Amino acid sequence: MIVELGHFALVLAFAVAVYQTVVPLYGAMRGSSRLMNVAAPAAAVQFVLVMIAFAALTWAYLTSDFSVVNVWANSHTAKPLLYKITGVWSNHEGSMLLWVLILALFGMAIAIFSGNLPQSLKARVLGVQGSISVAFLLYITTVSNPFERIPPDRVPMQGRGINPLLQDPALAFHPPLLYAGYVGFSVAFSFALAALMEGKVDAAWARWVRPWTLAAWMFLTAGIALGSWWAYYELGWGGWWFWDPVENASLMPWLAGVALLHSAIVVEKRNALKIWTILLAIIAFSLSLIGTFLVRSGVLSSVHAFAVDPERGVFILMILLFFIGGSFLLYAARAGSLKTGGLFAPVSREGALVVNNLLMSAAAAAVFIGTLFPLVYEAVTGGGKITVGAPYFNFTFGILMIPLLVLIPVGPMLSWKRADLMVALKRLWVAAAVSVVVVPLIIVMAKGSILAALGIAIGIWIIAGSLEEMAQRIKLFRCPLGTSLRRLWNMPGQALGMTLAHAGMGFVMLGIVVSSTWKEEVITSLKPGEAVQIAGYEVKFLDERQDTGPDYVAEQAHFDVLENGRKIATLYSEKRTFVARRGMPTTEVGLLHFFSGDLYVAIGDQDNRGRVVRIYFHPFIWLMWLGGLLMFLGGFVSLMDRRFRVGVPKTARDRLAAQPAE
Amino acid sequence: MRKFLSILLVIMAFGLFSQESVRAVEPSEILDDPKLEARARELSKNLRCLVCQNESIDESNADLAKDLRILLRERLKAGDTDEEAVQYLVDRYGEYVLLKPRFALHTLVLWIGPFLVLLIGAYALWRARRKVVAAPAAKKVEADLSEEERKRLQELLESEK
Repeated sequence: MIVELGHFALVLAFAVAVYQTVVPLYGAMRGSSRLMNVAAPAAAVQFVLVMIAFAALTWAYLTSDFSVVNVWANSHTAKPLLYKITGVWSNHEGSMLLWVLILALFGMAIAIFSGNLPQSLKARVLGVQGSISVAFLLYITTVSNPFERIPPDRVPMQGRGINPLLQDPALAFHPPLLYAGYVGFSVAFSFALAALMEGKVDAAWARWVRPWTLAAWMFLTAGIALGSWWAYYELGWGGWWFWDPVENASLMPWLAGVALLHSAIVVEKRNALKIWTILLAIIAFSLSLIGTFLVRSGVLSSVHAFAVDPERGVFILMILLFFIGGSFLLYAARAGSLKTGGLFAPVSREGALVVNNLLMSAAAAAVFIGTLFPLVYEAVTGGGKITVGAPYFNFTFGILMIPLLVLIPVGPMLSWKRADLMVALKRLWVAAAVSVVVVPLIIVMAKGSILAALGIAIGIWIIAGSLEEMAQRIKLFRCPLGTSLRRLWNMPGQALGMTLAHAGMGFVMLGIVVSSTWKEEVITSLKPGEAVQIAGYEVKFLDERQDTGPDYVAEQAHFDVLENGRKIATLYSEKRTFVARRGMPTTEVGLLHFFSGDLYVAIGDQDNRGRVVRIYFHPFIWLMWLGGLLMFLGGFVSLMDRRFRVGVPKTARDRLAAQPAE
Repeated sequence: MRKFLSILLVIMAFGLFSQESVRAVEPSEILDDPKLEARARELSKNLRCLVCQNESIDESNADLAKDLRILLRERLKAGDTDEEAVQYLVDRYGEYVLLKPRFALHTLVLWIGPFLVLLIGAYALWRARRKVVAAPAAKKVEADLSEEERKRLQELLESEK
């Protein structure tokens, strides 16, 4: 009954979405206030209906209702509660429902938070947003129904269980975060299309778009970081990024999102780059759609792609064609009517942001071309196979990223309109000095390669440069410390957010270079009692035993970790076999975090000499996760900037600031 | 052009940020000559394990990857240069075996595509800028401002920073 209710709500949601699309868009065209005003309530109703559908499916999972095909195929009575809930989106149908749920949530959020948006713009934004819902709800209700029942006489007693790799806390929250990112770009997309219809883009438009883009980008950052962290400890290979198509699918919109965030600043502050920003908004969401398509259609087989169904593939392809093709057509037709303005010299803050945009777009293109090339090649040559692997991506991506990274601290030092590069560089002299000193130190003392030294120098340059910019902003050492601290406290969220996010990028760079340059590995087979040396630690294999969890059995190996002959910790490393899905054992890595890095122990099979163990030491890898966290925090702090809260009554400070400064 | 390509190849050989991944190489496979073994390791990072998802034969535990590792080492022992040994595998398994496609006519789009995007983007922006410079409206707005207004505008911009 509840399941049917959910199904019914979903069909209703489809009808509401059609209404939300057609009526406000028509109303905006005719200038009818009455018709435009239905957009907001429709968006709210649509969200409630999709929420009911989602809750119904979750209910079916919680009660292990195996008469629902989807629950039977992806759940199991013995599963812990958390994984019963996350089971809802661990599969194709459920994840699409989650996608639409988040889409509807964003739609309602626009309806609520955009009270001061011009009426026609708001109606058009919600109308476009509704049209995306129409497409996806149609898809779900026709070819991807999560509520499909099994005939009552054939209802199985037990479910087939979740893909064991997905039964993990990090991966439980990875899809919702990633989807929040993908879907979040739909807001920028809707705003872009609405602006094209209106024929008007101005600073206010950019100020509305930026927080949504920022939120989407933050979710995507967190989702990618979580996925990467999961790959690191769960797959048991010790790597965290594989240039797997599924990872690339999330990286592309992220890169486009970074570009969009930066170009929207130029629209907001300088009223320039409008057409370009509209294009980036379209591209960011198109890449999100393609990302969903890549993962969900099974067109590229990879570790994560667990849906293979050509019929759905064609449907999603139609959705892609409609939205990407349609938006580009509209862009081609209307972009020319947008007024361009805001002249600037090549060397200026705007110029730096343009360079950021170009390099980010080219990097996204590299990932895009590399990911899709084998597919296209096969289609064009009639079955010819070609591989595009990590070496390609490392090369092209690296070449495009290095200049971008080097320029990160320079951009904020340049003034708007026209800047003096030498003045900017002089303001960065501390950062420059520190990073230049580091190079020979790394090469001579730490026996690193020139490339590693350069990588580290770039990382330090970014971090120090960002801090130096902040120090100058708060007049550190140039006025009493108390004044500086007060200035820091009063720093606009956007400025502080930028410092954090940029420094975060520096930390990511440091983490990548340091951990890959000085990584240590030992791969061998051990008998109980034997030990290996790694990175100054002694890892001693004690014994192994059987361990049972709620829905799995595991071979668990125990290790003692010794430093200078003194025991400092015990490690457990497991290989789990799940009751519901035998033949797919997963590794549970033993991890020990030190300041100097991670000790990582994974066990393999039993061979004729003993237990195969892979032990790694990843020095300072936490720098990378710290960097990801800082980027996320930077986004958050920037989002809290009061300037985004349009419509908030002006505070005393605002009024003061409105007076001429001197 | 040749020189440019060889420089490019050297950079590629560094593999920039390539992470050291799991070593699947088993003790029995390792060659006695450490120089030869190092070459084999380096080459196998760029060779695909044909039955795996996106893994090199250096990382993969699959049997086929092991066979390829042994085959590669046999070719090196027989005195093949790096290129000859790789070509031997390409002849047998096709270009599919290379994780880094060769720079050739049929992979032109792949290799120069991203850089083309960069150039086209830069050109488009440059043209758009020229249009703005040429547009009298933009100039007019600037010119219309009185000295006082201009000063005020500058202050507003400064306070936004």
